[in-house]
Amino acid sequence: MDGVAPILSLEGISKSYPGVRALDDVSLRLRPGEVLGLIGENGAGKSTLMKVLGGVVAPSAGRIVVGGREWPRLTVPDAQAAGIAFVHQELNLFDNLDVAANVLFGREPLRGGPLRLLDRRAAAARVRPLLARLGADFAPETPLAALSIAQRQLVEIAKALAAEARIIIFDEPTSSLTLSETARLLAVVQELRAAGTAIIYITHRLAEIVDCADRVVCLRDGKLAGTLERGEIGHAAMIRLMIGRELRALYTPPRRAPGPGGLTAEGLVTEAFPQARADLEIRAGEILGLAGLVGAGRTSLARALFGLDPPRGGRVLLDGRPLRLASPRDAVRAGLYLVPEDRKAAGLVLSMPIAENVSLASLHSFARLFLLDRRKEAATAERQVASLRIKAPHVGVVAATLSGGNQQKVVLAKWLSMAPRVILFDEPTRGIDAGAKGEIYALMRALADEGVAILMISSDMEEVIGVSDRIAVMHEGRISGMLDRDLFSEQAVLRLAIGQGEEAAA
Amino acid sequence: MNRKDLGLGALLVVIGAITAFLNPLFLSTVNLLNMANLIGLFGIFSIGQGLIIITAGIDLSVGAMLALLGVVFVDLLVNYELFWPFAVLVVLVAGLLLGALHGVLVTRLGLQPFVVTLCGLLIYRGAARYYTQDGTMGFGYAGDLDTLTWLASGRSFGIPHPFLALLVVALVVGVLLHRSVFGRYLYAVGRNEEAARHSGIDTRAVVVGAYLLGGLLAGLSTVLLVFYTSSVSPSSFGNFYELYAIAAAVLGGCSLRGGEGSVLGIVLGTVLLQILQNLVNILGIPSSLNFAVMGSVILLGVLADQQFGRRKAALAGA
Repeated sequence: MDGVAPILSLEGISKSYPGVRALDDVSLRLRPGEVLGLIGENGAGKSTLMKVLGGVVAPSAGRIVVGGREWPRLTVPDAQAAGIAFVHQELNLFDNLDVAANVLFGREPLRGGPLRLLDRRAAAARVRPLLARLGADFAPETPLAALSIAQRQLVEIAKALAAEARIIIFDEPTSSLTLSETARLLAVVQELRAAGTAIIYITHRLAEIVDCADRVVCLRDGKLAGTLERGEIGHAAMIRLMIGRELRALYTPPRRAPGPGGLTAEGLVTEAFPQARADLEIRAGEILGLAGLVGAGRTSLARALFGLDPPRGGRVLLDGRPLRLASPRDAVRAGLYLVPEDRKAAGLVLSMPIAENVSLASLHSFARLFLLDRRKEAATAERQVASLRIKAPHVGVVAATLSGGNQQKVVLAKWLSMAPRVILFDEPTRGIDAGAKGEIYALMRALADEGVAILMISSDMEEVIGVSDRIAVMHEGRISGMLDRDLFSEQAVLRLAIGQGEEAAA
Repeated sequence: MNRKDLGLGALLVVIGAITAFLNPLFLSTVNLLNMANLIGLFGIFSIGQGLIIITAGIDLSVGAMLALLGVVFVDLLVNYELFWPFAVLVVLVAGLLLGALHGVLVTRLGLQPFVVTLCGLLIYRGAARYYTQDGTMGFGYAGDLDTLTWLASGRSFGIPHPFLALLVVALVVGVLLHRSVFGRYLYAVGRNEEAARHSGIDTRAVVVGAYLLGGLLAGLSTVLLVFYTSSVSPSSFGNFYELYAIAAAVLGGCSLRGGEGSVLGIVLGTVLLQILQNLVNILGIPSSLNFAVMGSVILLGVLADQQFGRRKAALAGA
């Protein structure tokens, strides 16, 4: 294989955002008929690198050589013209059109000369052999809406074939597929490789890499962490590459042992994983980290506990007493609060002033009869702004003008001005600068020391290990293991997150 | 008073001054009182419309609702000789029920407000016409309605009662919207329903509340309007009034995206629309141009507001 000229090479690609170096001098080569596995933790730079290839992100330095031509950066049409195609985890298809229309989108066969009418028959005739090649069991005329996710993925691949793509990038293609669907997809990958297509395969599921990759490249913190050749590919080697950075000391131990109370979930069934049952105990006074891969069901669990998607089964107890969770109202009344992952969409009303955001969940306590006492409202907000050190000229400033960290603090202020018993944090420091991160960790610890039970969902390994008192790891809707502080290690968390060693832990 | 209300107020003064300059009759007591009466009649259901628009909804059915409630009201008074306070009560409750129906269809069944109230428009108009066999309903020699007639269309201190009614409604709804818990929820739900839900607010109840108030105010408007026209012709009574209401609310600073608007703004919007109508009459502009004038002014107003907003945003960003 070494003798074959590469179809794609990236040389010294770097990408900086203000304050962040997302990619740092990354080089890699891809040959025709080769499957390159690309691995790395969340935030390691995989998506940025793929965006560079897709022409969505312009690199700050480096060069891209595709098919013998050299580019400082690609545009989306450049990338398409160079034969690069993507099969995404979020599918880029039109579910209001049929299969043929999706596959040939932008290159529809026409008839009627200047009338430029669609030639549906020719389209179907062109798409049918592509579907046959992929072993698809549906016709070109099938409406996309009638297809399963796995079938839609085949449509995406057919689309790549129709575009005569020479490089196909699979980005987490199996995250929502069943085992048999995954096996079929891997067979399709083999078929494409045999036909000479170059493939980049990104996944968190290392077993798939072992199955299909010829070579593995690992990214860590935006840098190339290492390469494994065919003979060296194995779970242990890959995990070693993915980890391997020094952990900073973030941990502040609790001032006293966790109390007796807390939140307990027994056999909780969420909407995302109707077959799985999750058992979890968050003790009063502790910070429980909840780790897992993206899509493992962590956010679904938090949404169920907060009553947003009421649990489909099982029960939730607060201090031993069963809790009714039909809506967030029930949760808020019980002192169970959620700091959501998307603070702009769900945590704040951006166009409202700080004071009105802080009071939103406890408005009745600011009302005499039914009229609002705005002075009391402002005074409460000012107290929170001072104690959380929110940087804003005054509490009448609209939330939209604040920085990410300060916005997150406003979300927190909303709950801290009430009577928290349990707070669920979903990715509390995403998009927040390092200084504000430290402040948020300190706040979580202070709350825990006051006896609040804290759950922290995080995809940032450093954060999970550095901040938590215990770690629960989720895999496909279940808690695949619990780790006490003395057992914390990235390997242990990662192994549980990919569903390994579950039996041993359970 | 916010910036939008100030701008609208300024626009009112300018248009009023120009009209008065061209025809001093504009400022005659008779003309002003006549306008006040119309402002009262149109303002009340426009406020209801504004509340619904603040939840990011819309009510296209107001006009048809006025017609249906109108024929029922006259029928109750004339043919059933129901004691008038009961008839008024029936109309108000019926308005509330229709509002509740819209609210439930929107929140529980997830239908779009536009679709729900468009169907309402067609159904209520049709029902009103069927109810009277398309005939006009008048009071004829109905029994003792002097008190109600005085209440709905009389004057106190020389001021028409519909205008006084609007002042009361504006004050009550103004306090509710700008000073109460419900009002705050209305803005929060209209602007970001997800965040409101995450704060433990029963967002459906809030939205239903807005439709209920809209229905109630439509019921009140029916009573006043019936005595203004003194008969109800089911195919034309209230025709296009939903559009007057939407226009007044939008002029008054309500965004169709929800979460914005004030009661003062809606009242000023109503005033502007009535001045424009009056201006067409009083300046001898062909009355067929009525709608065209109204449409142009609304378009210019919204455009000016947007340009101003964009410049402000650009300045803030710089």
